[in-house]
Amino acid sequence: MAEASVTLTVNGREVSATVDPRTLLVHFLREQLQLTGTHVGCDTSQCGACTVHLDGRAVKSCALLAVQLEGADVTTIEGVGGPDEMHPMQTAFKENHGLQCGFCTPGMVMKGIDIANRHAAPDEATIRRELEGNLCRCTGYHNIVESIAAGAREMSG
Amino acid sequence: MKPPRFRYLRAESVDGALRALADNPDSRPLAGGQSLIAMMNLRLVRPACLVDINRVAGLGYIREDGDGVAIGALTRHNDVKHSDLVRARCPLLTEAYESIAHHTVRNRGTLGGNLCHADPSSETPAVMVAVGATLVLQSVGGRREVAAEDFFQGPYETAARQDELLVEIRLPGRGAEGWAFAEVSNRHGDFAIAVIATTLRLADGRCEAARVVASAVGEHAARLRPAEDALTGGAIDDAAIERAAEAAAGAVDPHSDSHADAVYRRDAVAALTRRTLRRAAERCG
Ligand SMILES: Cc1cc2nc3c(=O)[nH]c(=O)nc-3n(C[C@H](O)[C@H](O)[C@H](O)COP(=O)(O)OP(=O)(O)OC[C@H]3O[C@@H](n4cnc5c(N)ncnc54)[C@H](O)[C@@H]3O)c2cc1C
Ligand code: FES
Ligand code: FES
Repeated sequence: MAEASVTLTVNGREVSATVDPRTLLVHFLREQLQLTGTHVGCDTSQCGACTVHLDGRAVKSCALLAVQLEGADVTTIEGVGGPDEMHPMQTAFKENHGLQCGFCTPGMVMKGIDIANRHAAPDEATIRRELEGNLCRCTGYHNIVESIAAGAREMSG
Repeated sequence: MKPPRFRYLRAESVDGALRALADNPDSRPLAGGQSLIAMMNLRLVRPACLVDINRVAGLGYIREDGDGVAIGALTRHNDVKHSDLVRARCPLLTEAYESIAHHTVRNRGTLGGNLCHADPSSETPAVMVAVGATLVLQSVGGRREVAAEDFFQGPYETAARQDELLVEIRLPGRGAEGWAFAEVSNRHGDFAIAVIATTLRLADGRCEAARVVASAVGEHAARLRPAEDALTGGAIDDAAIERAAEAAAGAVDPHSDSHADAVYRRDAVAALTRRTLRRAAERCG
């Protein structure tokens, strides 16, 4: 199959690569760029583990092709903060015990930031409604909702 | 690699997309990918060629169209959901969007892709039929307009040919029409177990025209004519609503699956018909 070249911005850095057109964005991130923070749960746009920001909007990176993203701006969990300098949303998940196994967490944090970007002080109902596309099999969601509320407070303050 | 192999073509204009579709009889348009890429990842479909329409200029818009609204096929779900113009002129669609998918999916999925996918449980086809929408299809051969009622033909089957692109969705002005949408689903935002979308027009207290449209309980969204007949000509009182609910339940032949059995779905149709007709009657005028 003819390979295609694509140039896009990932976490503020321009990257150019050659891809098979059937490479999903999530596999491009994980396997070609070694950005393994973005996880794959279902690869059918259901679970939200692969959530990234595309041009500032949360999207599921398993339902996008890397080849589609010429000129696009993608932010992954690695782009928002790391162990040395955590994003307030990451800190909020740590402090509020918003994770257990951690599999869903990168997607939850990316969605949490997306929620906080649009709602200054989201209430519980808003957070739960907005989290419908992110599944967690460990926590029962309670602490995730608390974490996002705390992270949003921190981000707006 | 998850999806099977395909050739990838990126269209920059409507004409370019139409030519690519015509030149490649094994191709399909790729819009938001929320249904198509997922199905390719599961290898349920294997199009040999994808024509990506995401960069096509002039396919994403919401604008006035007489006293109605015209929506470009590539308009993202969330943009339609939050449009003040849509809320003012086709509030039935805004109300239905409360039940459609999740925020992240709606950021990418498009109204046009949703309609062309024609999932038998989808909400939007029922809305389109209830308001009498017109779908504008275009190919290299020209344009044609199809009434929503004739567009949905079976599960995942529409009147659009392989070489045609849905370019515009036209929603007529509502006048004094009453309207209501309701569904039953297992979890909020999931595909529905039963959907009813209703529109009502009254003149001097009598029902002049009614549409009662069901989804998720048949092969495609469809009008329940016996229910409509039970309403037209008379007053919309409790007795008429009860007759219509019974007629609606009798007019569907739902399937059983792991989400709900046929008996439950039929009951849901009656309940939703009652609920939507009451609300639609209150909203007339
Ligand atoms: C978790 C989840 C929950 C969902 N919940 C719901 C729900 O509750 N209700 C609901 O209705 N939907 C739901 N969906 C589906 C969603 O609405 C999709 O966005 C929609 O079905 C497809 O739109 P798309 O733009 O992503 O199209 P794509 O996936 O890109 O395409 C779908 C099909 O339409 C064709 N197509 C696309 N655009 C055109 C065009 N302009 N002209 C001709 N053909 C075209 C494609 O070739 C393909 O066959 C859900 C999806 C997910 C992942
Ligand atoms: S892996 Fe993308 S939504 Fe589950
Ligand atoms: S913490 Fe384990 S899946 Fe969410």
